[in-house]
Amino acid sequence: MALSLEEVRRIAALARLRLTPEDERTFAVQLSAILDYVKQLEELDVSQVEPMTHALAAGEAATLREDEARPSLEPEEALRNAPEREGTCFKVPRIIE
Amino acid sequence: MPLSDFQVVIGLEVHAQLLTRSKIFCGCSTAFGAQPNAHTCPVCLGLPGVLPSLNRRVVEFAVRTGLALGCTVKKKSIWARKNYFYPDLPKGYQISQYELPVCEGGSVPFALEGKERTVRLTRIHMEEDAGKNLHDVSPDGSSGVDLNRAGVPLLEIVSEPDIRSVDEAIEYLKSLRAILVYLGVNDGNLEEGSFRCDANVSVMRKGAAAFGTRCEIKNMNSFRFLRQAVEYEARRQVEIVEPGGKVLQETRLFDPARGETRSMRSKEEAHDYRYFPEPDLPPLVVDDALVEEIRRTLPELPRARAARYQRELGLSAYDAGLLTADKAVAEFFDSTLSYHGKGPEAAKRVANWLNGEVAKLANETGLEAGAWKLTPERLAAILDLVGSGTIGGPGAKAVLDEVFRSGADPGEVVERRGLAQVSDEGAIEAAVDRVLAANASEVEKYRGGRKNLIGFFVGQVMKETRGKAHPGVVNALLQKKLGG
Amino acid sequence: MTPRAESPLDLTIQELGRRLAAKELSSVEVTGAALRRIEATDGKLGAFLRVMPEEARAAAKASDARRARGDALSPLDGVPVGLKDIFLTEGVETTCGSRILEGFVPPYDATVVERLRAAGAVVVGKLNMDEFAMGSSNENSAFKPCHNPWDLARTPGGSSGGSAAAVAARQVFGALGTDTGGSIREPAAFCGVVGVKPTYGRVSRYGVIAFASSLDQVGPLGRSVWDAAVQLRHVAGHDPRDMTSSTRPVPDYLEGLEGGANGLRIGVPREWFQGGVEAGVEKVVRGALATYERLGAKLVEVSLPHSRYGVAAYYLLAPAEASSNLARYDGVRFGLRARDAKGLREMYGETRERGFGPEPKRRIMLGTYALSAGYYDAYYLRAQKVRTLIRRDFDRAFEACDVVAGPVAPTVAFKLGEKVDDPLQMYLADIFTITCNLAALPGLSVPAGLHPEERLPVGLQLLGRPFDEATLFRAARALEREIGALPAPAGI
Repeated sequence: MALSLEEVRRIAALARLRLTPEDERTFAVQLSAILDYVKQLEELDVSQVEPMTHALAAGEAATLREDEARPSLEPEEALRNAPEREGTCFKVPRIIE
Repeated sequence: MPLSDFQVVIGLEVHAQLLTRSKIFCGCSTAFGAQPNAHTCPVCLGLPGVLPSLNRRVVEFAVRTGLALGCTVKKKSIWARKNYFYPDLPKGYQISQYELPVCEGGSVPFALEGKERTVRLTRIHMEEDAGKNLHDVSPDGSSGVDLNRAGVPLLEIVSEPDIRSVDEAIEYLKSLRAILVYLGVNDGNLEEGSFRCDANVSVMRKGAAAFGTRCEIKNMNSFRFLRQAVEYEARRQVEIVEPGGKVLQETRLFDPARGETRSMRSKEEAHDYRYFPEPDLPPLVVDDALVEEIRRTLPELPRARAARYQRELGLSAYDAGLLTADKAVAEFFDSTLSYHGKGPEAAKRVANWLNGEVAKLANETGLEAGAWKLTPERLAAILDLVGSGTIGGPGAKAVLDEVFRSGADPGEVVERRGLAQVSDEGAIEAAVDRVLAANASEVEKYRGGRKNLIGFFVGQVMKETRGKAHPGVVNALLQKKLGG
Repeated sequence: MTPRAESPLDLTIQELGRRLAAKELSSVEVTGAALRRIEATDGKLGAFLRVMPEEARAAAKASDARRARGDALSPLDGVPVGLKDIFLTEGVETTCGSRILEGFVPPYDATVVERLRAAGAVVVGKLNMDEFAMGSSNENSAFKPCHNPWDLARTPGGSSGGSAAAVAARQVFGALGTDTGGSIREPAAFCGVVGVKPTYGRVSRYGVIAFASSLDQVGPLGRSVWDAAVQLRHVAGHDPRDMTSSTRPVPDYLEGLEGGANGLRIGVPREWFQGGVEAGVEKVVRGALATYERLGAKLVEVSLPHSRYGVAAYYLLAPAEASSNLARYDGVRFGLRARDAKGLREMYGETRERGFGPEPKRRIMLGTYALSAGYYDAYYLRAQKVRTLIRRDFDRAFEACDVVAGPVAPTVAFKLGEKVDDPLQMYLADIFTITCNLAALPGLSVPAGLHPEERLPVGLQLLGRPFDEATLFRAARALEREIGALPAPAGI
């Protein structure tokens, strides 16, 4: 199952990864091999099988959180790891709508 | 005009912020207006390692809304991740509901040109709001991100494409908004963005079997803009389709400066949101006991209340409709009746004042019913003073004005400003006699047939008594003395 | 029977606890010894990404003061431990083995870190790991590889490579790691220590950097079964901040530990012994099974017909969840940002290109593909259904047995650089550990002996029913008691 370079670029764009041309080629090969391998799942008849979307069995989890406001972080704490800031905002390159 | 061969088809998606104290997945306050990023925590900041913790009240509000709108409340619903990149979306995905939402079906009733209508709903689901992007926060044109709003709970209410005109759309929205406000789940504020609406608009030739391609229109934060946007979009689509073209399915932004919709350039590629069930939240189970408990606490909804006012109090549909449009006003009305008296006459009186003079004052001062200094008790007192003849119409308006603005006691205002009417026949008679004596020629003319001079005489008596004479008594005495 | 050790660092947590209680040793002494050992050995070993000497000394001092007052908090009070750098530690840089989080200083502690501190444990540092927990050899660490203390030319396993190496090399007495497809059990086996992956939901994931949310679990590593059990006992239990954590009460895992293996029904999956295991490893594993029979356990053949599809299902599901979990690393609010980028889109793309190593990139690509429009049903959804089939195999097997036993990995620790060029080959080595995560069952690795030729550790894997860690501990302890402890690793 060969993944084309075009497909690789489409996926990289969706995932916001700016791959180098070399990475694009390498991934095309490696991902194709993996997808070939996982094709074996098609051997199984899963038409009557429910997907296991959640790993914790029903009834194990707790009740829901009460609606009470709790203290937030101070803005300085929230921004502590900000690569760039303006006032108490996270600063980013201009967003064009 | 080519437009008349075409039918516009509208579906509406409303995003309503829920009036909870804390966010949907963390305990940060939902209060509006704080400094940027003052209401954030690791969870709503999307820091590494965080997990969502579901607020029970969000689920209760969703069930409440679903029951009020006649939806099927699903016993089991699933949370889903909607994946895309944007600075105001800290995790790079929004937790929402996709394949199995909490409510399905239902409908919204409203009135259009006096006729009762309904529009069907497709579904209602819960999701988290994104933060806010701020433009031009620094001289170099950079944007800023404020995550105070990230994680505020939203209900998304999706209608079927049953709407066939902008007027219908607006009545639908007004009715839905009133219901949400009555339920106490949303504050109905379109301008501030706590009640938001997107429109899916398409056109089809009248009599055609299939719908046309639709476009989603965003960024309409008033009914006026909604009207402009939808009308523009319908025209735009007809101009494409009429000569045989195809409408491109896309999301378009309404530009209020130009009154036009335009394509969202930043979304060049169609979004592939890669929805999958949210692994960090177990499936939501809403059991019958919870549904019944919520059903029991449902308030009387606007249309039911209006119907009751008509049925039990004899109010007109128009009056009832006006009173029940705002829950706080309807409650004020009920409360005033409890002081002033039941029965159709009392109801009509109170309704007239609330829909008339009080509404005028409210508009002028821009105050919501909750903020009025006028209380039901005080309104009832004013009406009682009128009923007992202590003050007349003009006097009552003056008293209402002051009480509305200052919260003063009506009786005290009447006394302080000497607004009490004089009803004592003897005193008024003396004034009438003086007026008739001073205006002998007019008396002649009146007796000669100029009956419209009665107004003149009433005016003169009112001048004599400095406006305080009871008009009814004045009239009766004049009639007696003038004869005929 | 524990012989008098040369150095306190050779003690188990259990033995150390006794010495501390008897005031024969102090936490300050032991912590000092641990810090010196790390300094002397970690240049070669590479287990630590960050050592916290000041914090550790202060915690040790506080522990001794508590003990002097008679207020020891738990058997972990004063014991030096390490934390995989996947656990958020307030005020202390946490990188998850990645450059994209270099310099990231968390404003909060993970729940398990809070609990360890509340038990009085002395956190000595943050341990090396494969970047974002993606890997089986610690070679995917963006900072430096970690080496196996038994042979420095070999990997310690991964992704909790640093955790296993530090415990085996006597730098710390215990460590927490995470296991998504075998990342505690495989390094534990390669380094000759005990490593436990509890049932999904047994331990809080709050504050644990997410790789694959429905598969990740936190677990302890130690030099004995008791040591692993005591650590789990203090970190397990419901956390209201984690809605996937179970409300079931946590049993005292130390109770009943010595119950023995008499009457234990051990399921042996036929599919796991059909030639996929290197001969020497299989010999040691079979030897352990024979030991169990001598102890009175009963071996029962079971079948896990769908286990061979585990790697395929895992390598669709885990990357899919990861592609979503790693979307937040975008340079906006924390971590690396490509400041020279022109425009937002470029900033995202450059930040993630520079910040992520090849393995996270590969898995993000794979996961994005598996979830994308048109492919979701064929890949992601199908893999979720196969997951159900794998779980059903185990449910059926547990009707006939109490634990399932088998190898942890097909080989002993392999050489650094041996598998880096072929990602698929690396993935296939997870064949035995992966089904446990998919089926959401508890599993552990306990040392079963040394490879007859290579003289490297071989681990025995035990899998149990949901929330039945107690039986796993009891079974593992029975083997450990019978065959005795491994010698100390010779490599360091």
